[in-house]
Amino acid sequence: MNINFTLFSQAAAFAVFIWFTVKFVWPPLMRAIEDRQKTIADGLAAGERGKHQLELASHRSSDALKEAKQRAADIIAQAEKRASQIIEEAKGTAKDESDRIIVGAKAEVDQEVFRAKETLRQQVADLAVAGAAKILRREVDAKTHAELLTSIKAEL
Amino acid sequence: MASGAELTPTSYMNHHLTNLTSSVGEGAFWTLHVDTLVMSLLLGILSFGFLWSVVRGATSGVPGKRQAFVELAVEFIDDQVKSTFHGDRHAFVAPAALTVFVWVLMMNAMDLLPIDIMALIYEQLGLHNWRSVPTTDINATFALALSVWFLMIYFNIKVKGLGGWIHELVCTPFGKNPLLWPVNLLFNLVEYVSKPLSHSLRLYGNIYAGEIIFLLIGMWAATGLAGTIFGTVLGAGWAIFHILIITLQAFIFMMLTVVYLSMAHESH
Repeated sequence: MNINFTLFSQAAAFAVFIWFTVKFVWPPLMRAIEDRQKTIADGLAAGERGKHQLELASHRSSDALKEAKQRAADIIAQAEKRASQIIEEAKGTAKDESDRIIVGAKAEVDQEVFRAKETLRQQVADLAVAGAAKILRREVDAKTHAELLTSIKAEL
Repeated sequence: MASGAELTPTSYMNHHLTNLTSSVGEGAFWTLHVDTLVMSLLLGILSFGFLWSVVRGATSGVPGKRQAFVELAVEFIDDQVKSTFHGDRHAFVAPAALTVFVWVLMMNAMDLLPIDIMALIYEQLGLHNWRSVPTTDINATFALALSVWFLMIYFNIKVKGLGGWIHELVCTPFGKNPLLWPVNLLFNLVEYVSKPLSHSLRLYGNIYAGEIIFLLIGMWAATGLAGTIFGTVLGAGWAIFHILIITLQAFIFMMLTVVYLSMAHESH
């Protein structure tokens, strides 16, 4: 236990080592550690932000989905309405058309009947004239008896 | 041992507890303990060189195993300092604490080297008296404690000013009454004297005692077969227990350094 000059040499060495650590060992390591802490903190914050944005996006997407569904339902309802409207219209048009065809056909039939009656009347008149001529055994002058023939024709 | 003289317990103990000295001037004071200095400088250069080499390539990305180990040690010390010292610890106190812890731990760890095998190796190198453990030399521990003591006074004056420090010396802890000034001053003087003494002697005593135990076990091992067997078992047990002591003493030494420096920074 003898105190001697070793004390001062040792103290000098201690001072040098402290100076070395303060100057060269501590600051770079602390910088690295703090940088990494900052990186990790940033990463965590970014993750948190991402999570938040994901939540917002999922909200938005579900809203959009709901709206789209609503619109699709509207469109379908409208289309159905329109379809039934078109069917109704078509039905109306078809009925009108058929009515018109029926009316036309009836008119034509009447006309045909009238024409047939007319022809028949002509033929009967001719037949009657011929018969009468035969009965009279002489040629009845058609021109002279035209008035008479017409009146007979009208009576038929 | 290899000294050639007859081996007695006394000569064995003396051989292991004598420093290699070198005279640098007239008188007993002007001698150097070469072994203490060389070992502590070697260990310091080794450990701080290692720290430096790791720190120089330190990345803020994913650290390698060596960097992770260094960071673990540094953050452990930083946490300890943070809980005690409330100021800009990165400027001086925390790195100083790292220096103290690493260096004292390395010097203490030399105690785990097998004492007689090391003596044999040193003998081959032509070093008859060579003590491996710098902290079993009172000069080494007292040098550290005294350096911390001067740092303490330096920070006292730097933080509080010379007047503030003198005011604290005479007015605390009992009060400002002029009648109490001598008592306060005496109290503070005792405190200032006891700090470096307890600081250095605690470390020195623990490690020195540990070495003595190793020597006693070594002596027992020389008494015969039973002694060798028990000496082996006890030596291994003591070495394992000593791992705790060297770490604990290094930690205590560091914590006291931090506490003393913190007290110097804080006004009462």
